[in-house]
Amino acid sequence: MNWIQVGKLEDIPRQGSRVVKTATGEIALFRSVDDQVFALNNRCPHKGGPLAQGIVHGKRVTCPLHSWVIDLESGAAIAPDTGCAHRHEVRIAHGALFLEAEAGVCKA
Amino acid sequence: MTKTKMRLVVIGNGMAGIRTIEELLKMSADEFDITVFGAEPQPNYNRILLSPVLSGEMKFQDTVLNDWSWYEENHITLHTGKTVTKIDRVRCTVETDDGIVTPYDRLLIATGSNPIMLPVPGINLPGVLGYRSIDDVEKMLAAAQPGKRAVVIGGGLLGLEAANGLSLRGMDVSVVHLCEWPMERQLDKVGGGLLKEALEKRGLKFYLSRQTDAILGETAVTGLRFKDGEEIAADLVVMSAGIRPNIALAKSAGIHCERGIVVSDTMQTYDPKIYSVGECVQHRGQTYGLVAPLFEQAKVAANHLARYGAMRYEGSSVSTKLKVTGIDLFSAGDFNPVAGDDELLLQDAARGVYKKLVLRDNKLRGAVMYGDTVDGPWYFQMMRDGTDVSGMREHLLFGQMHIGDSGHGGTAAVASMPDTAEVCGCNGVCKGTIVNTIIDKKLFTLDEVRAHTKASASCGSCTGMVEAILANTLGGDYSAKPSKKPICGCTEYAHQDMYKTIRERELKAIPEVMQALEWKTPDGCHVCRPALNYYLLAAWPGEYVDDSRSRFINERVHANIQKDGSYSVIPRIWGGVTTPSELRSIAEIAERYEVPTVHITGGQRIGLYGITKENLPKMWGELVEAGFVSGHAYGKSLRTVKTCVGSEWCRFGTQDSTGLGIKVEQMTWGSWTPHKFKIAVSGCPRNCAEATIKDFGVVCVDSGYELHVGGNGGVKVRVTDFLCKVESEAEVLEYCGAFMQLYREDAHYLDRTAPWIERVGLPYIKRHIVDDEQGRAELYARFLKSQQYSQDDPWRERAEGKEAHEYVALATIG
Repeated sequence: MNWIQVGKLEDIPRQGSRVVKTATGEIALFRSVDDQVFALNNRCPHKGGPLAQGIVHGKRVTCPLHSWVIDLESGAAIAPDTGCAHRHEVRIAHGALFLEAEAGVCKA
Repeated sequence: MTKTKMRLVVIGNGMAGIRTIEELLKMSADEFDITVFGAEPQPNYNRILLSPVLSGEMKFQDTVLNDWSWYEENHITLHTGKTVTKIDRVRCTVETDDGIVTPYDRLLIATGSNPIMLPVPGINLPGVLGYRSIDDVEKMLAAAQPGKRAVVIGGGLLGLEAANGLSLRGMDVSVVHLCEWPMERQLDKVGGGLLKEALEKRGLKFYLSRQTDAILGETAVTGLRFKDGEEIAADLVVMSAGIRPNIALAKSAGIHCERGIVVSDTMQTYDPKIYSVGECVQHRGQTYGLVAPLFEQAKVAANHLARYGAMRYEGSSVSTKLKVTGIDLFSAGDFNPVAGDDELLLQDAARGVYKKLVLRDNKLRGAVMYGDTVDGPWYFQMMRDGTDVSGMREHLLFGQMHIGDSGHGGTAAVASMPDTAEVCGCNGVCKGTIVNTIIDKKLFTLDEVRAHTKASASCGSCTGMVEAILANTLGGDYSAKPSKKPICGCTEYAHQDMYKTIRERELKAIPEVMQALEWKTPDGCHVCRPALNYYLLAAWPGEYVDDSRSRFINERVHANIQKDGSYSVIPRIWGGVTTPSELRSIAEIAERYEVPTVHITGGQRIGLYGITKENLPKMWGELVEAGFVSGHAYGKSLRTVKTCVGSEWCRFGTQDSTGLGIKVEQMTWGSWTPHKFKIAVSGCPRNCAEATIKDFGVVCVDSGYELHVGGNGGVKVRVTDFLCKVESEAEVLEYCGAFMQLYREDAHYLDRTAPWIERVGLPYIKRHIVDDEQGRAELYARFLKSQQYSQDDPWRERAEGKEAHEYVALATIG
């Protein structure tokens, strides 16, 4: 594992998200209403919409382009849609955010 | 931890009972241990489709709604072919004919109905059948040999469908009916006559005003004798003389029954542990035999079983469509006029078209249509909404296409659209795809169609068309959108009540609303949060703090997202009037930021496209420096006020339309509205500013100003309705502010003014804005008060650093 510190929990607004730029594309970090943090590739499996710009609700985000709903824990699209925005491991330690840049496999 | 689950027993494996379980599983999947008893040996199938199975247009397999695996996947214990014979309300158990005893904590009775078998001699002869189950259909098909004679007793909806099916199977079919014309409960005499003629052309024979005296035959049926003595031959007799709620079991358990099992608005019987839904119930004196009401009941019952306790069933209005291919017939409401009602009639014998509308107090009470039924769903919706139709009375009979002068709505035309026609332009969905998905996936509601096809799931402007397709595909089975429908799956509350409830209960923040109104999700979803944010903003100006997390991206970052993730920037150009110096500033800024596209918009402004998010605040800073404010081209808010040059230059101009437009824009900019809001001011009736397709349009005339409302130039072009004429600019401002405020307080979030006005009716608007002087002044005052807090330029704030995190990346790695 290759953990990289990318910022602090308070940098992400509650029910909001921020983007981390990498050489291979953007990763979106989401903070749920109960302060859990999730990370997905910032591309909707549908038409590549920037998920970080969507509305975060529960443990889900709605893509701003065509309203696909993506599960933040698995990265999978909510049925009846199918597809996956690959998730990344993310950890919070003493308020600091650590991100694993390698995308995980799809759980869905 | 193992929690003891509640035990729910469902008697009846039909559409109503299973629909209730489906609704319940959606709400609380793990709370119940569910056991279902069905008297028929099949899984749950769509009883409405028996007629297409009989006629050979469908197979039984196509009608199955929930196959065996559905029960397994949801851990439902299913007993088919078992009849429950006893309910022990003291021990809370049910018992079947073969001795299975099952305890319950909650019981749901959904035993449906039985066909009425006339008490005439010969009724028990082989060859005499009811028409209620797939078993009946199979027996009919076994008997249906070409050339043999069938007699259907009962010329109602179901009887005619049976007759038609048997006729298509090659039988020689006669229909016996007590009344003077068929389907007398859905059709008046003229409509019934047309239907009879059409069916006679297809080979059916009618014996009307006849009463059956006896069914003849020794070992099997051979014929039928009427009261007047005439006899006809028959090899098969189908009884379709109506249905009777199946209440025997409930009655034997001592549950209060009249014609049906009596239930309250929560679908509970007199025993509060026992619920009942479907054709077996009697609610407020009514029993129902169509599917749409059953689905509404199922929703309510499930809601109370899951202990949300938020819904009430208040009865249904129903519409009927005959499922006989090639015959178009629609009927809804009360179509027999009584004293004081008005009757509108259209009869065109050559085209085979007949329409009758019944009006009472300027509202639609009932409709009968034959031959041309495309407007049925439209009439039905207005009936349910109680729309005041006095404004469109002259054209009402000709249908939705003829309201207004231009191609209106388009919803009415869906029936005649080819399958390849695109319905949803956002997601590229064709009519054929929608129709096939509705049939293949057995969809009944708009939400289901949205989930499976994406049609109407984006901008929503094709919602009317999709609903019309749904209604057309399903006919009377369509569970038409109830006049109050929940905002989304998170709540049972509808848009209608939200603004009022928020005001009355003094709810001042989204979490507070969700708690007080028992939201089912912890923090809502992308549908309800923006709606609540809007209602709160409109209800508590100056007090409520806008929640940017509940805004769509465009409104959150104050720019329109483009397909490549870049943004557009459109500064406000008051009334479309600019100066060389302003143009120079825009040009210089565009060059500095290497803007790839500069475009003149339809709203008389200049759009700069292809701006990266990081650059937005800086660019806005420079625009603000040059004297511009946000154009709100991204918001559900006042967009532009379009003008022509008016009396200042134009030789036809009657008033200073440009000056007035600027005043109107200065008053209204920055306001948030349920959906986008566009205004125009034209200097003369030549109307170069296109004021008659705007939400609020002013057409200057020599003697003053004509005010027009509810226009729309988008997907569905709608010409404005004329509101009134006023004499001064001050009045234009007052009427405009009052109209916007009424729209802000009254319309549902995401309603444009056009559908809002079509729902409430123009007379409603006139009453508030034109007739009620004091009410108008109050609306205007509330609008101005709210504007005090909404004219801070969001671009200036962000150029100065507000919400900076929206515009920069958190980090760059790798």
